[in-house]
Amino acid sequence: MIENRPGLNLLAHATLILGVCIVALPVWVAFVASTHGATDFMSGTIPMWPGPHLVENYSKMLGAGVSTSGTPPVGTMMFNSLIMALSIAIGKIAISVLSAFAVVYFRFPFRGLAFWCIFITLMLPVEVRIVPTFQVVADLGLLNSYAGLSVPLIASATATFLFRQVFLTIPDELTEAARIDGAGPMKFFRDILLPLSRTNIAALFVILFIYGWNQYLWPLLITTSSDYYTIVAGIKRMADAVDGLPQWHLVMATAMLAMLPPVAVVIGMQRLFVKGLVETEK
Amino acid sequence: MASITLDNLGKIYSGGTRAVGGVNIDIKDGEFIVLVGPSGCGKSTLLRMVAGLESISEGEVRIGDRVVNNVEPADRDIAMVFQNYALYPHMSVRQNLAYGLKNRKTPKDEIEKRVAQASEILQIESFLDRRPAALSGGQRQRVAMGRAIVREPAAFLFDEPLSNLDAKLRVAMRLEIKELQKRLRTTSLYVTHDQLEAMTLADRLVVLNGGQVEQIGTPLEVYRTPASAFVASFIGSPAMNLISSSAVAHLPGTAHAGQIGIRPEDLTVTPDGPILMNVLAVEELGAQRLVHGKTGGERLTITLPSDALLSDSLNLSYRPEALHLFHKDTGKRIA
Amino acid sequence: MKRTIFSNQLLPWLLLAPQLIITFIFFLWPAAQAVRQSFLREDAFGTRSTFVGFENFTYLWNSPEYFHSLKVTAVFAISVTILSMGVALLLAIAVDRMIKSTRVYTTLLVWPYAVAPAVAGILWWFIFNPTIGIMPYLLGQLGYDWNHISSKTDAMLLVVIASAWKQISYNFLFFLAGLQSIPGSLREAAAIDGAGPVRRFFDITFPLLSPTTFFLLVVNIVYAMFDTFGVIDATTEGGPAQATNIMVYKVYFDGFIGQNIGSSAAQSVVLMMLVLMLTVVQFRFVEKKVAY
Repeated sequence: MIENRPGLNLLAHATLILGVCIVALPVWVAFVASTHGATDFMSGTIPMWPGPHLVENYSKMLGAGVSTSGTPPVGTMMFNSLIMALSIAIGKIAISVLSAFAVVYFRFPFRGLAFWCIFITLMLPVEVRIVPTFQVVADLGLLNSYAGLSVPLIASATATFLFRQVFLTIPDELTEAARIDGAGPMKFFRDILLPLSRTNIAALFVILFIYGWNQYLWPLLITTSSDYYTIVAGIKRMADAVDGLPQWHLVMATAMLAMLPPVAVVIGMQRLFVKGLVETEK
Repeated sequence: MASITLDNLGKIYSGGTRAVGGVNIDIKDGEFIVLVGPSGCGKSTLLRMVAGLESISEGEVRIGDRVVNNVEPADRDIAMVFQNYALYPHMSVRQNLAYGLKNRKTPKDEIEKRVAQASEILQIESFLDRRPAALSGGQRQRVAMGRAIVREPAAFLFDEPLSNLDAKLRVAMRLEIKELQKRLRTTSLYVTHDQLEAMTLADRLVVLNGGQVEQIGTPLEVYRTPASAFVASFIGSPAMNLISSSAVAHLPGTAHAGQIGIRPEDLTVTPDGPILMNVLAVEELGAQRLVHGKTGGERLTITLPSDALLSDSLNLSYRPEALHLFHKDTGKRIA
Repeated sequence: MKRTIFSNQLLPWLLLAPQLIITFIFFLWPAAQAVRQSFLREDAFGTRSTFVGFENFTYLWNSPEYFHSLKVTAVFAISVTILSMGVALLLAIAVDRMIKSTRVYTTLLVWPYAVAPAVAGILWWFIFNPTIGIMPYLLGQLGYDWNHISSKTDAMLLVVIASAWKQISYNFLFFLAGLQSIPGSLREAAAIDGAGPVRRFFDITFPLLSPTTFFLLVVNIVYAMFDTFGVIDATTEGGPAQATNIMVYKVYFDGFIGQNIGSSAAQSVVLMMLVLMLTVVQFRFVEKKVAY
């Protein structure tokens, strides 16, 4: 800061506090709603302060769920979401780190073509070509399976590009020293390249975990058996079902639980999260 | 330990540019050879061809009796010290030293023994468990040397290993490398662009220019009888005075000469000297001073003791045998 | 470009195989299918399809409904971009003034990034619920009768707010990083030259922030066009009366609910072209940034 202007500082703090409140408002309202009983919503407006039914609502959702909505217990859906998010994050990192290694450290015929095949998928979200992708997965018999939930979302150019950037900054001399030290390509990959990319991998993992957890349309389409519902997709089914009989307290408890893991990851690993976010967009 | 032979070695890049051509060097067992030349002269390419990091387009490299043209770097029995040290940043010093041995399936106790020996020689025992990032430039340099020593290779290859150090440390490390090499008697090939480093380290120098060998010889041979005008100007500091021969056409034997050279220390101030130099600037070095001036259209530099008398113009003389004559077409020395 | 490379010829293909296989099966093949289907029309029972040339495209071109969706998408994307970037810039400038509390405010502002678009939609759907929501109640006190189930404007506002809310944290982080990378000496120099805080912002900070702003512009448009599917589906489902039926939602709706595969495929192809254009724009920009 250049000059000391208490007035401006005050204004900045006021702006920020207002900003933080607006950002937090929907979550606060949801949290409050999730601590009340069903009857508290009949009065007309949502209460502003938490009620006494927190433990009751949450344990009900986690353990049993709402049977009328056709969704399984939230615990099951969270487990499915976890499997999906982990598979996508780990799968993406694994295939991209390998392909980036191939593209950067080898010269082979059709290298350019291979690179372009990966490149054109850079900004092609699944939503855009949803119908044919669904048909492919259906033809492969992957509907209602963890593989169907995760594998089609694993390939993306972003992670490959990130690792390519990382590898390009690793000095040539290190590779040469390793070659003289008797390390072949895979040994070099395991002993030098992977350890040197550790923080990038961790940062990317945070971003991809959130990406995987928050998938909506894909799990909605390819899961018809409630055993494979993920929580983000399941919420919608629940909210639809409660249109007739409003159980907002339970829907909001589910929403809170759906937010909890990714938000905890962002707050707990803020440094890695920011690094991952900035790097994947470079 | 082994001899290294470069036999008509050449490198042509895929684009067709020739980096190195027709290089013949016989490195004897235990010899310290320095490749020296300006940047882009092909000295690093040459070293990397010996290391196996660069493919060989023409000729042969032999280490001992074995042609190694198509042998992997790891199997050439050489060790290399890089300009930026290339230490593995995520490994401790100890792991850095041991990595190459581990890859060669050397027994554990043998690795420990060799790491202990090398770290004692280089006095790096106290930071064996630190990471490279926690070391100073000089310490990293020692670790890089250590990594080469533990391997007990047939030859050391050095790629400008001192150029990242500050001037004072560079001089100290230079001496250490020299002593170490004398002690281990390992054949060494050393690349530098610094002629002083080359002079002080080498058993024999190889002066390179434009991918060609200009001269091979002991430091004194190269200094006293430079094979070409290029070598004359490159080796020695302050550089040899090179004068166009038309300025001294009256001298005998200069018929084919394009340039005539004389070292600054071979010019002396005498009252009746035949050359009259107008002094332009004086640089004080402490023990001596460099006097820069002009005679006719030519620039001259001479070295004088620091207590010598100075005036705006000096009369200089020289011994005829101190003159170096270089051919007007080829630039080669005329005997 | 690497100087040192390994000479193996088979190994790189083995390394690339997983990514190439998955890319081919789940990206390139479906994309090709979309192109193929965009030239076909299925009969009412979905048993036979006939080649119809560009008919699906000319149908789209002549369809007022598709143009309406195009217009809705534009209004939606521009509103989301302006709202979320404006708020984020304001917050980033405020945080950039802070010395000690930067980290705390950052933490308090970045977490909505982690909230799924669909969940964000549900949260705001609840807040704006016409019967029990808190916002309709407050707006009612001001004399505004909020009902996003019947009012097109209210529905659009709802999805814009929900989508922008989620994107604020992302924009905030990039704006803050951009602000912090502007050397303090520049602003100090301007201050010595007599520029006050507001002048300094418009003369120094904002121009130097323009690469970040442009980058975010593209990213936000892409976000609003494609990643907000969850918001729409969890709240308005494109309604009322198509008022929030953005293009990506229409692809899904016509394909899965309407079972009009040919039209949906043609829309996919149009969207893929749009994405391709945005990719090119983004890369042009990246190249320029390197030169800058």
